[in-house]
Amino acid sequence: MATDILFYVLAALTLIFGALVVANPFSRNPVTSAMFLVLTIISMAGLFVLLHAFFLAAVQVLVYAGAVMVLFLFVIMLLDLKEEERRKIKLTGLVAGVVSVGAIVAIFVRSLLATKPSENLPAPTAVGDTATLGKMLFTNYLLPFEIVSILLLVAMVGVILLSKKDLK
Amino acid sequence: MTPLAGYLILSAMLFAIGLAGALTRRNAIIVLIGIELMLNAANLNFIAFWRFSEHPEALTGILFVIFSIGVAAAEAAVGLALIISIYRHYKTTNVDEVNLLKG
Repeated sequence: MATDILFYVLAALTLIFGALVVANPFSRNPVTSAMFLVLTIISMAGLFVLLHAFFLAAVQVLVYAGAVMVLFLFVIMLLDLKEEERRKIKLTGLVAGVVSVGAIVAIFVRSLLATKPSENLPAPTAVGDTATLGKMLFTNYLLPFEIVSILLLVAMVGVILLSKKDLK
Repeated sequence: MTPLAGYLILSAMLFAIGLAGALTRRNAIIVLIGIELMLNAANLNFIAFWRFSEHPEALTGILFVIFSIGVAAAEAAVGLALIISIYRHYKTTNVDEVNLLKG
């Protein structure tokens, strides 16, 4: 089926780009990592489209690939990170990280395969359309919506204070 | 493999990749990028569970992911500002060298 093939292609792309974000054999430059994060996020937006969450796919590209990545790139270019490229990865840290991550993947995948989720669920029908979403956001979920807006305001003020040269 | 299991396994692997980045890399910016990957994996889980749930018309998964993206954006901004002020103080972004509070 076409959606199955699309799912496997997008999943493979997401995993490959995600792996290149954290461990790129060709370049240790943080800018390369940030660029591969953009590709990861765009292929994840494709997965969201496959799951019929069209509005979220757009939001994912706008907010992550647009706003957050610009922030990351600005900070990377603001700081002089030449020495980071030469630094070697510590062997103990690498081994500990790989072992713990492998253990977590084994636990996740084993428990997922043991429980076999959604084996007898009906095929999905409903679609998350944007009009209903907006209505929900301004009626049932108005309080969390306002709390998030205040959180963003507080974060903005905090960021400006934190990155000022000298606090008075 | 059922479709939901496929999405859950993919999100588990993506979470593991982000965790590996946060644990093994020593550059604070890459650590933050790893955290973003983990948040994205959690978001994918929300959407997959919403899509294959019994009442997808409630839209709870999508709404939760919208709030999660907002919180993640605030978190990234604050984290990067902290990295900037740490860099001003220590002239490095290596998380191993910022150890003033270490006993």
